[in-house]
Amino acid sequence: MFRTISQRLLPRCMSMRQKHTLPDLPYDFNALEPVISAEIMQLHHQKHHQTYVNMLNQTEEKFMEAKEKNDLKTMIALGPMLRFNGGGHLNHSIFWQNLSPNGGEPEGELLEAINKDYGSLENMKNIFSSATVAIQGSGWGWLGYNKTTKTLAITTCANQDPLEPTTGLVPLLGIDVWEHAYYLQYKNVRADYVKNLFKIINWKDVAVRLASAKQ
Amino acid sequence: MQLHHQKHHQTYVTSLNQAEEKFLEAKEKNDLKTMIALTSQLRFNGGGHINHSILWQNYSPKGGEPEGDLLKAIEANFGSFDTLKNGLSSSAVSLQGSGWTWLGYNKSTNSLAIATCSNQDPLEPTTGLVPLLGIDVWEHAYYLQYKNVRADYVKNVFKIINWKDVATRLATARQ
Repeated sequence: MFRTISQRLLPRCMSMRQKHTLPDLPYDFNALEPVISAEIMQLHHQKHHQTYVNMLNQTEEKFMEAKEKNDLKTMIALGPMLRFNGGGHLNHSIFWQNLSPNGGEPEGELLEAINKDYGSLENMKNIFSSATVAIQGSGWGWLGYNKTTKTLAITTCANQDPLEPTTGLVPLLGIDVWEHAYYLQYKNVRADYVKNLFKIINWKDVAVRLASAKQ
Repeated sequence: MQLHHQKHHQTYVTSLNQAEEKFLEAKEKNDLKTMIALTSQLRFNGGGHINHSILWQNYSPKGGEPEGDLLKAIEANFGSFDTLKNGLSSSAVSLQGSGWTWLGYNKSTNSLAIATCSNQDPLEPTTGLVPLLGIDVWEHAYYLQYKNVRADYVKNVFKIINWKDVATRLATARQ
């Protein structure tokens, strides 16, 4: 007749979800110098990315509360916060893995795909750089994979709009051109930052993402 | 201030001039596709030039407080100067990405309004509101000094607002 405490708590426990957490960097803050300063890495990871994680968790909590009350207007109103902070978390989680102090050069299937779709690595880098430098305001440049046409694609997204939910492309390599990503070191000269970034790309990670996308 | 003025604003001016030149060339050739393609550059750089030209006038080392007709309008539309400041601040701090928060004047309803625009979208062409006071929250406007703490920058910026300039813009808009 009387439910035990654990039986009453069980439905609530089942609806509790795992909170998002800030992923660790795979290297020290100073590992990407001189291309990206330790100061930028620390702020970017510990402040900016951490804030996206915190706000994402808060937003998801509010969303679930609204859902429980069948408050559709609030669920919809929370969309932009979910996109902005969720996107911020997704994007930066990819970005830290995309970078490495000794990233090497593209090889194997990745290099074949680049040569097939862009003619050469140089050509791909040029197109990618121009598109990224030309972003108006805050956003990201992306090298992505189109699963339908089985081709690579270069595109940009505004603010923290995440690539796959926004365009359907699978993200392989992202370049963050929000001013916080480079300003302390490069000031207004975004082009120098983007040019230098190619020295610290973790091409193995990009290759793994492509291989996964092709499965 | 030096980077913001000499690099960022200067670049908007230079790029605006280039965009206008290309636009006129395209017009002479009746190249409509190019004219349309250039509107994005025109809006971004033209907006950047308009916005920053207002911003430098909106600032003053001496700051002050709103008075006279401006203060009356603020109290009529927001209840108090503090309420206005709070409204502008929350809007500026919560803006996603790059953009501006504005105190603007609605000529149709003869009232003040707080509005935000993304990137360099200029207030009047975008919303019809006449710009009175702008808060630039692009990261280049504060990052070297305030890092990620945009809220501190916005709070401090109220200490250097040239309220006489804001009042003049309101008076002009009402004519």
